[in-house]
Amino acid sequence: MKAAIEAEAVDTAAGPQRQSRAVGRPPALAAYQPALLGALSVLVFLVAWQLIAAARVVPALFLPAPTDIADAYRQMFRDPEIWLDLETSGMEVGYGFGLAILIGLPLGILMGWYRPLRLALDPFVAFFYSTPRIALTPLLIIWFGIGIYSKVAVIFLGAFFPITINTMAGIRSLDPLLLQAARSFGARDAQIFRTIALPGSVPFILTGLRLGVGHALIGVVVGELIAAQHGIGKRMSDAFTTFNMPTGFAALIMIAATGVVLTVVIQRLERRFDAWRPGN
Amino acid sequence: MTQPAAGGVKLSARGVRIEYWQERSRRSFLAVEGVDLDVRAGEFVAIVGPSGCGKTTFLNAVDGLIPISGGSLSLGGRPIKGPSHDRAMVFQHPSLLPWRTVLANVAYGLEIQGKLSRGQSRERSRDYIRLVGLDGFEDHFPLELSGGMQQRVNLARALATDPELLLLDEPFAALDAQTREYMQLELLRIWRQTRKTAVFITHDIKEAIYLADRVIVFTARPGRVKLTLEIGLPRPRDLRLKRTPAFVEYEDTVWSAIEEESMLGRTPVAVS
Repeated sequence: MKAAIEAEAVDTAAGPQRQSRAVGRPPALAAYQPALLGALSVLVFLVAWQLIAAARVVPALFLPAPTDIADAYRQMFRDPEIWLDLETSGMEVGYGFGLAILIGLPLGILMGWYRPLRLALDPFVAFFYSTPRIALTPLLIIWFGIGIYSKVAVIFLGAFFPITINTMAGIRSLDPLLLQAARSFGARDAQIFRTIALPGSVPFILTGLRLGVGHALIGVVVGELIAAQHGIGKRMSDAFTTFNMPTGFAALIMIAATGVVLTVVIQRLERRFDAWRPGN
Repeated sequence: MTQPAAGGVKLSARGVRIEYWQERSRRSFLAVEGVDLDVRAGEFVAIVGPSGCGKTTFLNAVDGLIPISGGSLSLGGRPIKGPSHDRAMVFQHPSLLPWRTVLANVAYGLEIQGKLSRGQSRERSRDYIRLVGLDGFEDHFPLELSGGMQQRVNLARALATDPELLLLDEPFAALDAQTREYMQLELLRIWRQTRKTAVFITHDIKEAIYLADRVIVFTARPGRVKLTLEIGLPRPRDLRLKRTPAFVEYEDTVWSAIEEESMLGRTPVAVS
């Protein structure tokens, strides 16, 4: 009996002794290999950039060297104004993205769960989702002024739709066999929601969040580019329009880094919730 | 575990008619008509029939997943109105929650019922995991298991809720022949230990005779009872039983009943 179980297990290479997986485990260094390769390639890129800039193939006005950008950072953080810019942009993204999650997530769930609501809201979602929402920025600035609220609105509109639509898709694509099993055990709607609908749509929700981050960053930059008093996007746009290339690049890199960090956080979450998929 | 008085009628179906609207073909579909049958407490009944005869539909109605449009269906004297904790289904597809471990999957039915504390239901789930022979796999995820092992989890999940009636809908149909035979043997071992009243749907005649106290043959659609056959083979049964003359004789009886139905089912096609 036991022997037969183990024979079944051999097929899937999932025996009860988990430590058997450790056999032939690659050396500890290999665990860091992806990070090492990435860091190495960035380093090579920076060195090449520095060499090209030092060789003055391109005028310094157009292409500052990485060391020039480092200088720009030093200068930037000597001026306390930078903290106001960081705070402004941070608040804009925080409020806009937070609000998009706060409203988009429940709305997506409700639209996936209740067909009439989906049908009622579909025209609006379809309209806004297919409009380049960034084109509404001037309008939003007229409505909300040049303070942070116009930017919050731009970011909200950017992040809200991917979050709502992906969440809705997640709820709608639940496995009907799981729903039937839950009903067969006498599960009430609230229980089906908690045990099947929510965990089943987590991958979709996280995809929505990841797309939302991208849209939020586009929103903050474009919003501040058009009209703003403070912000990293404003600083970047001011720098570039006055040909202060090192400062422009410095601000650009800060925005990109924010995007990378947020994406990595969401990827970590995805991996954590995907632990049950074989190969993780 | 509840030990029902032997011989009393557990499940009773009288003139059951199941008709439903099929959206795809835009017409109403008569799956089952005039089914009369009784399942006695502690009995293992297998229902066989040509494919599409409505046997799975009938089982779903017993589970309460679909309503009946005529007749009556009752369990222990209480009419069946919808899914309830007194019945549990072992599905053809394992239907396990992929993001839950084996232990959490087996505990699922108990969690829905909400009668036991978390600790109690985990403890009981461990007992049933042991019963189906999966000890050591509690923390594995379903996708790490073979099809046969997934069906063991499916069975343990249903048994853990301690139902009055266990419903099995072709649970071994998707398994390879070898695993399937082995799982039949295992099911009998588990059934001997739990003594649950069971209704087992299959299209495999050998499987039906091997497992059941009584085999019920359904007619072609709309399904109704064509033949009821008491299986007088002694228990415990081992797999060699399938090659004995008595077994083959039962097989012949069931097979000719089904063959007749398949022929009948085909006649209109030949005429038109």
